[in-house]
Amino acid sequence: MARTDETHLDDLRDEYRDAQRAAGDPAAGEGTAHAPVAEPSAPRGARRARTPAPQAAPLAPLELARYCWRQLTSMRTALFLLMLLAVAAVPGSTFPQQDSDPAGVAQWMADHPTAGPWVERLQGFHVYSSVWFSAIYLLLFISLIGCVVPRAGVHLRSLRAKPPRTPARLQKLPEHRTAELAAPPAEVLAAARTVLRGRRFRTEVREEATGGSVAAERGHHRETGNLLFHLSLVGLLVSIASSSLFSYSGQRLVVEGGTMVGTTFDSFTGGVGADVGDVPPFTLELEDMDVAFEAQQSSQIGQPRRFAADVTLTDAPGEQPRSETIRVNHPAQVGSTQISLSGNGYAPVIVVRDGQGNVVQDGATPFLPQTGNYDSTGVVKVPDAVDADGDPVQIGLSGVFLPSATTDATGAPVSGFPDLANPFLVMQAYTGDLGLDDGVPQNVYELEGDGLTQVLDDQGRPFLIRLAPGDSVELPDGLGTVSFEGVQRYASFDVRSTPGQTAALVSSLLATTGLVLSLFLPRRRVWVRVRPGGAGSAVEVAGLARGDDAGLALEVDGVLRRLREATGGPPVPGAPAAPSSPPGAVGDDEHEHQRDEGRDEREARAGSRAEEAR
Amino acid sequence: MTVDENVAQVSNLLLYSAMTAYLGSFIAYAADLAEGGKEIKARDARRRGNAGAAAAGTAGSTAGSTAGTVLTEAPAPPPRRRRAAAVGTSLFAASTLLLAGSVIARALSVHRVPWGNMFEFALTGCLVVSIGYLVAVVRASRAGLGGGRDARYLGTFVAGPVLATLGIALRSFYVEAAQLVPALDSYWLVIHVLVAILATALSTLGFSATVLQLVQEKRERVRAGGKHPGGAFMDALPGSAELERTAFRLNAVAFVMWTFTLIAGAVWAQVAWNRYWNWDSKEVWTFIIWVVYAAYLHARATRGWDGRRAAWLSVLAFGCVLFNYLVVNIFFPGLHSYAGV
Ligand code: HEM
Repeated sequence: MARTDETHLDDLRDEYRDAQRAAGDPAAGEGTAHAPVAEPSAPRGARRARTPAPQAAPLAPLELARYCWRQLTSMRTALFLLMLLAVAAVPGSTFPQQDSDPAGVAQWMADHPTAGPWVERLQGFHVYSSVWFSAIYLLLFISLIGCVVPRAGVHLRSLRAKPPRTPARLQKLPEHRTAELAAPPAEVLAAARTVLRGRRFRTEVREEATGGSVAAERGHHRETGNLLFHLSLVGLLVSIASSSLFSYSGQRLVVEGGTMVGTTFDSFTGGVGADVGDVPPFTLELEDMDVAFEAQQSSQIGQPRRFAADVTLTDAPGEQPRSETIRVNHPAQVGSTQISLSGNGYAPVIVVRDGQGNVVQDGATPFLPQTGNYDSTGVVKVPDAVDADGDPVQIGLSGVFLPSATTDATGAPVSGFPDLANPFLVMQAYTGDLGLDDGVPQNVYELEGDGLTQVLDDQGRPFLIRLAPGDSVELPDGLGTVSFEGVQRYASFDVRSTPGQTAALVSSLLATTGLVLSLFLPRRRVWVRVRPGGAGSAVEVAGLARGDDAGLALEVDGVLRRLREATGGPPVPGAPAAPSSPPGAVGDDEHEHQRDEGRDEREARAGSRAEEAR
Repeated sequence: MTVDENVAQVSNLLLYSAMTAYLGSFIAYAADLAEGGKEIKARDARRRGNAGAAAAGTAGSTAGSTAGTVLTEAPAPPPRRRRAAAVGTSLFAASTLLLAGSVIARALSVHRVPWGNMFEFALTGCLVVSIGYLVAVVRASRAGLGGGRDARYLGTFVAGPVLATLGIALRSFYVEAAQLVPALDSYWLVIHVLVAILATALSTLGFSATVLQLVQEKRERVRAGGKHPGGAFMDALPGSAELERTAFRLNAVAFVMWTFTLIAGAVWAQVAWNRYWNWDSKEVWTFIIWVVYAAYLHARATRGWDGRRAAWLSVLAFGCVLFNYLVVNIFFPGLHSYAGV
């Protein structure tokens, strides 16, 4: 039976008040004392009546504000906002997101000319920074703070409060046992206190008209855990926010033998408080890119097996260079900046001589892999060539590189394996304006510009450059020659700093600690009442738990057993009280006890339940 | 290191044997439930026949009547010996051993932890569920839970889904034993995926308990309305309140496991992708699962939302778990696309 509380604040306040009112009217106090489990309806109803009815009379602005605040910080609103948050997160997985997949966004826009602009307008391509998603989680966190901070205050006070007074009729509690012990009441009372303390209860002994009672309570830190959990979530949000403000990331592609420095990137994004100047001035030289693919096991041919970049890293100019191997899952570290291997591919070395025989292009040109077998696409841009007549001309080459060329079913050239078994280059040539002089930044992996015309062969078909390493080919119209001299590998590096990450990790671990306490630490109250009776004392032990507590029955049994041992009484089981609760369930640390005295009672109760069931 | 294909073959053979044994166990458990249902019907009939006679359950009765034959006799039969359930449990234990052998052989054949793709994830997950169930049975019988009831009532509802999962895994997700791709070759695979398997397994058990809870609740409502609920065999199961508590405990532990899954995943992402959170589709759905379970736990503490409504939230959460495993893995592009299918 879950608690059915609006904010739980009321509960805590009541408990606190109960505790303060040490000697109140026992009958009246009883209801609230075991409200969480035994009688949920009565006190709750009373409490609901106390809440002002919103429609009754026009509310003063202050009252209205207070009403809204109460609503916002209510459990029902929290629940609603949580569900809303879950729903709002869904579109981010169904639409491509600008941050992670800009090409996918462009493709989606092209494929859906009508829906695209609408999704764009509704911020469906950056869901997690959209106004609506942010609004939901901000409201949720405001609600959380508004809910948790007052609870923390109440809880702090209740930590210092004494255990609640002993209800007049213990037999009404969910667990109740009676026994007769030989020892005199005062001795039993003292023993009860020791026993309960030994079981990590806070205790308070109270004199009563005849005899006395011990009130005991444990598991306060269930609430501490709950507060810790919620407050750590706030900490987590703050850490995430600060990491998005101060983090940066830059990407750079480096060909074997090449070098990158921490000031130049192919692309760079930084938070509001970060720019390229924050990147440490390291240099990284790529000595060797070591790649291996599965070549033996037939069902796995071509699966990646090893990606490792051997680099020489210098943290700052003038410092000692060090050798590092950057692998997937094994980044290198420069201060708090992390350098990871994010990709690799082939860079064919293409040399272009123009119509006059000048070398106008010479170097490794990175091609981007498009398939698992590294069919790679790339371009060569030659803006400053001269043709056979001595006229300036711009030449563009565009095509594919195949590390292990073969032909597919249609006869088209494809790569059959990701490693370099049979490298081959297939390209087409264009002339005209490459658009490099407009000052507009260009994509280095695509030919742009509308002014390009394709170079044709003497039959009027597109001229195809097909080259194996070492080959060269003469372009038509005296444009020059293209040679394919060899292949190098390249590596792409991702350089990133995320300042809030440690704080985020600490917050989440704290949250988990709080969660575990709050879910699994039992919060129990046990009362022992001792009166003179029989040969010595008549003892009642009763227990009450907050929330689900499979171990309460065992706790009460255990207290009674220890009490009997401590007072040297005979090991006779106490008469079972009217059973009103489920049997102690699996999963309790103490089910050993059941095999001794606890057992008879349990069986008796189980039997009577079976009886009831008929 | 290369794959040992012979050992991989052994793993597959053990898997087939395990599935056969699960099937037997499922049938035996189902027979036990059916028998229990018959017995309860007979008892009801007897009681109706004896209206006004001595109360049922007289101690020391030695009635030889078989259930359901003579309606005029008062004494109840002695507690049923549940032979079918015993057979079911023995077969279940045997299947679990076989499955464990299969998983271990798979691990040995590839020299790594056996959860590098969806197929292995499903196998190991089923193993965890099975062991969890057996532990529950043993503990429940040792604790001597009263009422002639024990955790074996769940047997049908565990053996069935496990068998179905193994079938689907073998049919649709099967991949040959192989080495890991570099992206997965990290000790974080051991931690993150192991916790994810535990979380999924616990969510599954919690879901089973929740479904039973909802069914019992419905039957209790029908009964409160004075009518006779169908499915008498369900009388052999605990009532909805007890099932609710069981479901809660399972779901609460599952939620903690999902929390660890998220944290371990974020730490791994920081190492592997240089960024702890990418809103990758798998991350998104794990986040959704986490939030829905949080909503479920909240609902249990919210007036008007506890009980049945909260139970539906946990059903929804499990729906998200299934979606994350079956749909996101295969149809959503993302950094997590290692399903291997
Ligand atoms: C980021 C949003 C939130 C999340 C993820 C969250 C999650 C949780 C979870 C998992 C629990 C159950 C475990 C425990 O008892 O510690 C819980 C309990 C609780 N939450 Fe939240 N919560 C959120 C916001 C809120 C808000 C806004 C409120 C106030 C209206 C609130 C009030 C409570 C209360 C009172 C409990 C205790 C229920 C009980 O005693 O069982 N939470 N929350």
